Formats: sequence, C-alpha cells, structure tokens
Amino acid sequence: MASITFREVEGSSLKYWALFGGIGLFVLFGFLSYLYMHHHGHVVTGMDNQIVWGLPHVFAVFLIVAASGALNVASIASVFNKPMYKPLAPLSAILALALMLGGLLVLVLDLGRSDRLIVAMTHFNFKSMFTWNVFLYSGFFGLVGIYLWTMLDRNVKAYSKAAGTAAFIWRLTLTTGTGSLFGFLIARELYGTSMLAPMFIIMSFSYGLAIYLMVLVAAYAWTGRTLGDAVMMRLKSLLAVFVAAALYFVVVYHMTNLYFTKMHSVEAFILRDGGILTTLFWVGQIVIGCVIPLVILLSGLGKQRAWIMIASALIVLGGIAQMYVTIIGAQAYPLDMFPGMTVKSSFYDGVVHGYAPSMPELFLGLGGVAIALLVTTFAVKVLRLLPASLDDATVAKLEH
Amino acid sequence: MSDMKSMSDKTPSSPERRHFINAATVAAGVTLVPGVMLIEVAHGRPEDQAASSAVRWGMLVDATKCATGCDECVSACSTENGWTPVAESQHKKQAPQWIRKLELQDPLTQLETNLPMMCQHCAEPPCVDVCPTGASFKRADGIVLVNRHTCIGCRYCMMACPYKARSLVHEPLNDTQKPDVPRGVGCVEACTFCVQKVDRGDGTTACVEACTAAGHNALVFGDMNDPESEISKRLRELPTKQVRADLNLNLGVRYHGI
Repeated sequence: MASITFREVEGSSLKYWALFGGIGLFVLFGFLSYLYMHHHGHVVTGMDNQIVWGLPHVFAVFLIVAASGALNVASIASVFNKPMYKPLAPLSAILALALMLGGLLVLVLDLGRSDRLIVAMTHFNFKSMFTWNVFLYSGFFGLVGIYLWTMLDRNVKAYSKAAGTAAFIWRLTLTTGTGSLFGFLIARELYGTSMLAPMFIIMSFSYGLAIYLMVLVAAYAWTGRTLGDAVMMRLKSLLAVFVAAALYFVVVYHMTNLYFTKMHSVEAFILRDGGILTTLFWVGQIVIGCVIPLVILLSGLGKQRAWIMIASALIVLGGIAQMYVTIIGAQAYPLDMFPGMTVKSSFYDGVVHGYAPSMPELFLGLGGVAIALLVTTFAVKVLRLLPASLDDATVAKLEH
Repeated sequence: MSDMKSMSDKTPSSPERRHFINAATVAAGVTLVPGVMLIEVAHGRPEDQAASSAVRWGMLVDATKCATGCDECVSACSTENGWTPVAESQHKKQAPQWIRKLELQDPLTQLETNLPMMCQHCAEPPCVDVCPTGASFKRADGIVLVNRHTCIGCRYCMMACPYKARSLVHEPLNDTQKPDVPRGVGCVEACTFCVQKVDRGDGTTACVEACTAAGHNALVFGDMNDPESEISKRLRELPTKQVRADLNLNLGVRYHGI
C-alpha cells in the first residue's frame, strides 16, 4: 500500500488568523451569554416551566449526535478495512472530539446550577439515562483520544484497529444513549419509544458526515492542497444513503404514530397545526434537510463540489430543524392528563406552549458550534491530521 | 435532617459522600455552611428517627367538593412555603407553581370539574428515575423531594413528570423565603406535602388546612398505611382514581369525582 504524507497546516497566514479570530469571537459571545444567563437565572431566556429545554439543548444534542457521526469516516477505514478512507481518518477523529466538546459545553452551561458540575461528576443515579450519558461522553473522549493517538504515533500503530473498533462500538452506544434520553421519557407522547435510539444513530451518520465533508473541503481549499474527486464522489454517495435512511426512519416513526388514535392529536399538531413547528418539520427537516439534498446528491448536480457543499449545508440546517421539532415540539404540546377533557389553569395546562428563544440562548448554542470549529482549526495546525495531498492518483494507489 | 438520613440509609456510598461533602464545605464553606445550619436549626423531629416506610403519606381530593373559583389551597401553599403567588410575579410564565387549580370540562356533556394538581408523590416516581445526581428522591414515608444541595438544575425531572408538577426557580429569590423551606435559583422544586409540617408532627398540610377552614373539606391528608386514619376510611368508602393510572405509578394523591 502506498504511504500517505500527513502534514500540519502552516497556519501563519492572515487568513488563518482571521478565521481563528472570527470563530473565537463567537466563542466569546457564547461565554458572555453564559455569564449573563448564569447571573440572572433562566428568567432571561425564553425557557419556562412549560418549555423546559430550549435552544441550547437543540444545539447541544445536535452537536453530540453529529460528533459520533463525524467519527464514521475513521470507522470505515479501520473497522471495515477500507484503505481509501485511512487518510481521512485523523480529521474524522479530531472533528468528533471537537463537536462533542462543543455540545457538552453548551449542555453543562445551560444547567440551572452549572457551578455544581462537580456534583454531577460525583453523585450518580444509575437508573438515570443522563448518568449513563455522563459515562458515555467521558468514555468517548478517552477512546477516540486513544484511537487518534494510534493513528498519529507509529509506535502504537498496531493498536489502531482495536482502538478504532472500540471507538466505533462506543459511539453506537453513545448515540443510543442520546436518543434514549428522550426515548426513556414516559410523560410526553412523542417520546417514550425505542425508535428514537436507532433514529438518532442514523441521523448522526448523516449530520456527522455532512459536517465532515464541509470541513474537509474547506481545509483543502483554504490551504491550497489537492482534494481529488474520487474521495468526494465516494463520500457524497455515502451521504445520500444516510440521508435517505434518516428520512425512512422519520416516515416510519410518524406513520406508526398516525395509526394510533390516541396519537392523532399530537401528530396533527406536529404535521399540520403546529405553526412554526410544522413549518420547521416540513420545510426544515423534510424538504431542506432531506429532499433537496437527496435530489442534489443523486442527480448530476452531485458531481459538482459546490453542489455537494450546498447539500451538506442543507443537511446541517435540516438537522438543527429536526432537533428543534424533536425537542421543542414534544414540549410545546400540552400534557394529556385528562384525555377527552378540555383543561384550563394558571399553569398553561391544556394549551400549546409558545417559545421564543432569546439572544443569549442562540449565542450560547452558536458558541458550542464555534468551540468545535476553533478546536478543529487549531488541531490541524499543531497535529499532522491532514494528508498533504488527496489527489485521485494518490488515492487510487491506496486501493491496490 | 431526616430526609438526608433516609437518603443515606439507602445509599451504599455514604462514606464517600460524606468525604465529598466535607471537602466541598472546606472549599466552598462560606456558601454551604449557612444553608446547612439553617436546616439543622429548622427541623423538629428527633435526628435519630428516620422517616419510616411503615407510614405512607397521601392525599384524597374530592373533586365534587372543590369549589369553582376558590384557590384557598394555592394561596395557603404559597404562604406556607414562601413562593410568590403567580398573580404577583413579574414573570408569570416562569413563576414556580407548587400547586394549581385545574378547570376541566367534558366537551360533550359540558360537565365541569375543579381540582387541585400538584406533585402526586408517586410510589414509582419518574422524576427520581431520571435524576442524574439522585437529588430527586423519595423518602421512606412516600414523600417525593428534591435535595437542594445536589440538584444541578438539569430539568430532566421536569421532562419526565407526567403531571407538570415541578418548577425551576428561574430568578434569584426575594426575601419571602421561609427558614424551614430552603429554595434557590437554578434548582427544581415542587410540592413537598409540607414536609416541614409533617416532620413537626402537624399531621396535615397547608392546603388541607385552608380547604377545611374555608368549609369545603375537599382535601384529606394522612397515613394511607394506617387503616384507622381518616384518609384510609374515606378511601375505603369513596371510589377514587389516579391521574394517568395507565402509567401504573401508584400515586400518593387520589381523586374522587373525576
């Protein structure tokens, strides 16, 4: 097998530092938003006792799900022995770590008592899916870290497959855990189903790969390195399969619900009467996030890199819309404590709950995205993560 | 500290927990000590007497006696436990409500029903299941509480509760706080069955006292394990239901007339 030269990004140009500073600014905004929310309490957010988890959770869960998906390229290389993917693996691992870090930061900084994080690290209730996730997240950092080490250090290269396999199994478990955060909730109609775990896994494949592709193309374009079409065509076909599979899960999930009379009302809310949530579902999640990307990726347009980038960006936007509908939608629909009765109270029982995210929530969420990008930008400068060239000839040699 | 005691009884890791609390007290003593002292002073039950599972506190709500427009129970709860009444709150959507009045109507028959809704003190509480730190806990005598010192404000319990019984304290609290009802910004809270009154030996809650004083007698509180208690006698006579009985959570609050 031909060898590939990995090289750090020089990262001394004005463009690099402008990018670094621009992303850093969003990290700063995110931190200031956190300080503001922490000082005043959640009263300055759009969240209340009805919409308990708001926009920060949308971003946090999206990033965590995307993180495990971003690891897939590496998994294909080492677990499934596809040599063509090997040069793409280090970036995949670092991106997974960076996205996970961004997501977790948003999650913990949105806690009512984020100053008590140490309590979450020292007091455990093992019946809680949240507790399991604390271990799954920590283990993810550990295993993906080791996996990255085996890829970067020749002395431990022999352990790369073992580490990659462990990380792969772990990331599947992790996303099962993330989906089950919602799947294990009995109170709300749209949760409480084991469908959410595999659905989150397939969505993670799609979101993670879309982000990976955008970062890969940007990194190669901005550093003037060659990225051949062979790599792009292979990855975009894979992306189309993931998007289609995610769409399939969404269809099955809603079709099953629609069959049950007791679910008609909540399904009507999401699919027809939910206002902004219905718009986000149909326009955001389905059309922008699935249908248009599929048309692009499967048609002749998918042969052009610019269109693949557009499709990837749309998948990410659709993914955020999906998380919004999944997380906010289920809370916006009132709890059905007395089926068949109309309910009124001072606590907004029986009415659909409105939610208007505040600026600090938005910037806290964007801060998480920025952290992920900042870590990646810095990592490619200090570590040999990117092959010096991924032109078609180099890649073709790997296959033989 | 009976609530803490019953927790540590069940927790095998209590030495580690004590070590951690000691360490945290040294590190952050200034903030922690006054809160702990406050609870020590406030509680009246003998410290060596843990809450007993021989007792199961519960409440009977007779919705046929619950009066339209009356919110005596809600006001009494607010006064006893020191939470601002929602009408006086500047941020109504975010204001905690430990108990609230529901007005139900059957759209077909037009039948109207009034009832108070609060923490149902489940025997199998979903909030306790999901709490990552164990801050949500059920006392041996069936009262479901939140440990003010270990709640991290993740709100997962609020996502899990089928009764929307819990509230997050969204803003720093004013001086309406009661010494024996610790509260705090960023923590989740709910009806405690007036645990401070129960532990004092009052044998009742503020909402029940208020409902009785108003002459409605729609609420009865007592030990459901004691066959001679008033609540047990009434529960034997009246047909009652549990809200969302399909979830099989074995509720501490039973409703008649729904």
